[in-house]
This record gives sequence, structure tokens and C-alpha cells, in this order.
Amino acid sequence: MTTAVETMQDQPLVVAGHTFQSRLMVGTGKYPDMDTMVRAIDASGAEVVTVAVRRVNLDRSKESSVLHFLDPKKIFLLANTAGCYTAADAIRYARLAREAGFNDFVKLEVIGDEETLLPDVAGLLEAAKVLVQEGFKVLAYTNEDLVTALRLEDAGCAAVMPLASPIGSGLGLLNPFSVRTIKRRLHVPVIVDAGVGTASDACVTMEQGVDGILMNTAIAAAQDPVAMANAMRLATLAGRTAYLAGRMPRREVAMPSSPTRGMLD
Amino acid sequence: MDVVINGERKEIRGGTLLDVLEELELDPRAVVVEHNRKIVRRAGLGGVQISDGDSLELVHFVGGG
Repeated sequence: MTTAVETMQDQPLVVAGHTFQSRLMVGTGKYPDMDTMVRAIDASGAEVVTVAVRRVNLDRSKESSVLHFLDPKKIFLLANTAGCYTAADAIRYARLAREAGFNDFVKLEVIGDEETLLPDVAGLLEAAKVLVQEGFKVLAYTNEDLVTALRLEDAGCAAVMPLASPIGSGLGLLNPFSVRTIKRRLHVPVIVDAGVGTASDACVTMEQGVDGILMNTAIAAAQDPVAMANAMRLATLAGRTAYLAGRMPRREVAMPSSPTRGMLD
Repeated sequence: MDVVINGERKEIRGGTLLDVLEELELDPRAVVVEHNRKIVRRAGLGGVQISDGDSLELVHFVGGG
């Protein structure tokens, strides 16, 4: 029998040689204020925290960057290339991010469509190849397409990040089958990124056996982001533990849980 | 001299890139500098002179997902 202690002996998540205890990664965008963000990140238990690269606001030069509120010794900063629509732009943003001097990880996004923010697969592969060549540890945000995921792995990506549903949509895991297939076929970590809306979405996602999950809006746009961050921490752990526990088979017909023998005449 | 910083025309005193950051009251440890589309390492900022018409991008980390 598997004990609670045993299920806690889950292997840590390892991405490109870095070990992380938490399988939940969180973003830093869209919070009502920095204090809420800091408390939410803390409540989430996340070690990997994403940030974006943007121009300094020259009119308000005293304005602090998000780093003013995050301790890079306690968290692992993962810069993204959000907002980039071409491979060239994404490469440029990744290089700038690396120059900030924290690590050579990048969450690579090459967006192909403004309405859905779905990835531009061709641009993504092109940028991934260049960045891998330059020594980046590329975590590639992609759609839930197996062949693209395989190509990204072949290109040398450190992790592949299929979406649950479009960025900021909160629609949850739309295609569990595809995500499961990607996880089954890839050797690098599969971390579902984007689309989670609430804790049950995180749980269902982790139950697919993926290595991790990344979210931002689901926490930041909750009515109480700190409470939702805690819920996401628990849901990620619950989903992961349920996956490890191994769910019962699905049946199309009922099977009684109580004995059928010993009934009264 | 006239330069373009973060897409805006600006008149600055000039000097090295480090001087420019100081003039703009920016902490060199908190920004990454791209000078005419080329990234300049933090350690090299004091060694690069800015010229009239140059273009600078000064970026940092902001909240994002």
C-alpha cells in the first residue's frame, strides 16, 4: 500500500540541470499591486517566477522594476519573450533578458495571432534553434500539437510548454488527450503553460502526468489572489499526487461499492 | 546632442553610456542597454561613447506571465 509519506517522495522537477521542488510556476503580471503579488507568489510556493522585458519608463525613472520586489536568491527568474511576433524579435528579447545576468533560461514565446495569442509554430522553431545554439535553456511555449512538441525537443529545447487553452482565457485544459500524448512521447519536461482558470483546472492538468504547470492570470485576476495562489499550490500537489497514485479505470457502467451478497430476502 | 532613447528623441549631454544612465538617473545594475541594436555588457558601459543620432534601448524586467 502506498502511504502518504511515500507519495511525498515524488522526484523533484529538473529542467536543464536545475532542480525545483515546486511543480507550480507563476507569473508576475496583472496584479492589483506589488504587495499582493509578493504575498501571492509566497502562497503559491513557486520557485520559478516569470518576468517580461520592457522599456524603462524614462518619465518615471524612479519607478522600480519588478525585481525590486522579488529576491532573485529565493526565486528563479524566468524571463519570457511575451509580445514578440517574429523569431527575430523573440531572439532579441531573449538576449536582452540574459544580459540582466540571472540565468540563461528563457520562456520562448513567438505569437502568431493577436486575437487568440496562439503561437507561431514556424517562428517558434526558428527562434528555438538559434537560441539553443547560443547556449540558452529554452522553455518553448507552444500549442498542444505533438509534432511541434517533438520538433522543439529535437531543436534542443530544455522543456516544452503546451498550452491548456489560450493565454489569459481561463478556459482550463481543453485537450487533455493531446497534452497526455505530448508527455508520453517527449523526454524533456512538459510544463503546461497558460489557460488555467481555477484550481480544478490545475488539478486536472497535473493529473495528466505533466511535469509542471505555469500560470499567471488565474492567480493575479482572482478576487483574492493570495487565497487563489494557495489553492493553486494545493491543486497542483493534489493533481500530481493523484497522477502518481494512479486513478481507477473508467467504466461505462456502474459497479456497486457495497457487497451484493448478504442482502435480506 | 540628439539621440533616440526608447523610441523617443532626447537631448542629452553625451559622454559614455554610463554617463547617459547617470544623466537619466537610472541604476546601471537595473537596466540592460542596447546601443544601435547591439547589447552592451554592464562592465563595458563606461567604455562606449554615445554619438549624435545614436539609438538606445534601455530595458528592465516588469511583471509578466
